[in-house]
Amino acid sequence: MHDSTDNTIQDSPEVVISVRGLRNQFGTHVVHEDLHLDVYRGEILGVVGGSGTGKSVLLRTIAGLQKPAAGQVDVLGVDVLTADEETRSALEARWGVMFQDGALFSSLTVRENVEVPMRAIEGLDPDIRAALADLRISMAGLPFLAGDKYPSELSGGMRKRAGLARALALDPEIVFLDEPTAGLDPIGASAFDALIVRLSRAMGLTVFLVTHDLDTLHAVCDRIAVLAERKVLVSGTMQDMLKVDHPWVHEYFHGPRARAALDAAAAE
Amino acid sequence: MRELAGFSIRIELPDVAAFNMLNSPADADGKDGTLPPVVELSGETGDLTIHLHGELTLKQATKVHNILQAQDASADARIDLSGITRLDTAGAWVVSQARMRFADAGFKLTMTGADDKADSLLRAVEDAMPKITVPEPALTGLTARLDVIGRTVLGGVRFGLALMAYLGIFLSRLARSLRHPHEFRFTSLVHHCQEVGLKAVPIVSLMAFLIGVVLAFQGSAQLRQFGAEVFVVDLIAISILRELGILLTAIIVAGRTASAFTAAIGSMKMREEIDAMRTLGLDPAMVLFVPRILALLLMLPILGLVANIAGLFGGALMSWIELGISPAMFRTRLVEGTDISHLMVGVVKAPVFALIIGIVGCHAGMQVESNAESLGRMTSNAVVAAIFAVIVADALFSIFFAQLGI
Repeated sequence: MHDSTDNTIQDSPEVVISVRGLRNQFGTHVVHEDLHLDVYRGEILGVVGGSGTGKSVLLRTIAGLQKPAAGQVDVLGVDVLTADEETRSALEARWGVMFQDGALFSSLTVRENVEVPMRAIEGLDPDIRAALADLRISMAGLPFLAGDKYPSELSGGMRKRAGLARALALDPEIVFLDEPTAGLDPIGASAFDALIVRLSRAMGLTVFLVTHDLDTLHAVCDRIAVLAERKVLVSGTMQDMLKVDHPWVHEYFHGPRARAALDAAAAE
Repeated sequence: MRELAGFSIRIELPDVAAFNMLNSPADADGKDGTLPPVVELSGETGDLTIHLHGELTLKQATKVHNILQAQDASADARIDLSGITRLDTAGAWVVSQARMRFADAGFKLTMTGADDKADSLLRAVEDAMPKITVPEPALTGLTARLDVIGRTVLGGVRFGLALMAYLGIFLSRLARSLRHPHEFRFTSLVHHCQEVGLKAVPIVSLMAFLIGVVLAFQGSAQLRQFGAEVFVVDLIAISILRELGILLTAIIVAGRTASAFTAAIGSMKMREEIDAMRTLGLDPAMVLFVPRILALLLMLPILGLVANIAGLFGGALMSWIELGISPAMFRTRLVEGTDISHLMVGVVKAPVFALIIGIVGCHAGMQVESNAESLGRMTSNAVVAAIFAVIVADALFSIFFAQLGI
């Protein structure tokens, strides 16, 4: 998976997400300007950047939740911004989004939440649907009885797992994860990291992951994209990041926390 | 890309039911290019091989699951996955379920022909297969009903006790602020007086004016039959001064202010601001409850008087228009025919209603948990409880005054 060090490599793997010339702005505040990004099939891409550099905005734009001022976003060969409704809804079944706090429907139990995307499938027997929902819940590392609980009865980490179970309900090809380990304790965060790797390998997922967590970057990501100065400043493997001498990138990957994470990764 | 390629349809099904299931019209699933998988069985029981072909995904899971579950699990068998072009988690679940069923019956369903990808997915699914644990059986029948009744009664008693406790807290903090005036939040009190009192004047006076109009209109229609039109003044004055003025004001204030108290205190509770206050040595009861409830206590009698005046004005206006009772005559009749005790009976209820509304609102605010649903639920609960409690208190007052003969 460490084959994609540059956006222009020769034995080009399939590009599943392609962002070209993206521009996002809120009023006069420009968040992204001429932003380019490619995501390849089967990789886990980590997107990092300082607060307010528009990591989540980028995720929302690619997932079609935010209309950009200019630019082109292709996901699985479909132009997200100009696709008609039918194409879009077919496309949406092929990706899953996990929001920061799970964004579970509060009036439904966890099992019902996971069943929601599967309700659109014609001819799926309700008992089988429930059993499959239980399977996803279990694959996301939640105990069986968590399926009967409401989101408000779960801890933050369990809500995130339930959100992941829902995002994976239709076996998507791409999952978007918004800060999957934010607010988790280190043990919970490592467990979540391991879960992401295991599921993405088992299901052949492409993962687009927005994070601040350096340990996650080390443990999970095949490739890292750094958002700064309103665009993707650099992208590449962890080793590439360590060589970049842009001040912010250098500070980020050579700061005391980064060093600790690096040591931890080296020790494994 | 998603494998959309077709596959050879080689159905040699000895099982007619399975054949029909696979070829029902519902299978013409061609609009997105996916084709149903084919289940092919060969060999006899004891040497059965199940061949799967095509895409085994969520869309076909139900049919294939039903066919596999219908197979006789009374001997070892094989399942051949070499013809599968696409397998997702649901498909892997179907295969795992079949294997588990054979294993439960004490036989083996040997799996062959799975490629690496399918194999790792199958392994992940089998590892994650949920261990079904049965939750505690719920109560049923009569016991369940008794349980609900018991809990409801207990909940009601607890709610009443909690309100008593909040009244106690309020009174003790009020007494404390008399001894330590510098702890008292005067600015906050003025602010809440404005919110609770001044800003409610338009709606309260409009409501009372309309009630006065309605009373005059309805009363005149009835009293005219007896030629006793002039008694409409007594009707209006007594009903507004004694009951309606203050009761309807209290109901409007309960809707307006109890909900506002709950929302304000509840959202602070939700964001842990109340806990922050405690850690900073501030007493939430002193800072939040005392100014609010005291403001209500001061403002509700005034609002009641405003409502009385507006109601009498509305009644006088309508009597003039409808019955030709001039304002001067209305005034004379009002002063002569209506005892001051009617006014007092009305006004004396105001502080009690104010305490009820304020305490119910503050108590509900403190019951809010850390989620937004509970804020909404407690806000509407506060309004319902406050209005209900006000009406109950009004009924008790009526009985009390009737006993006293006032």
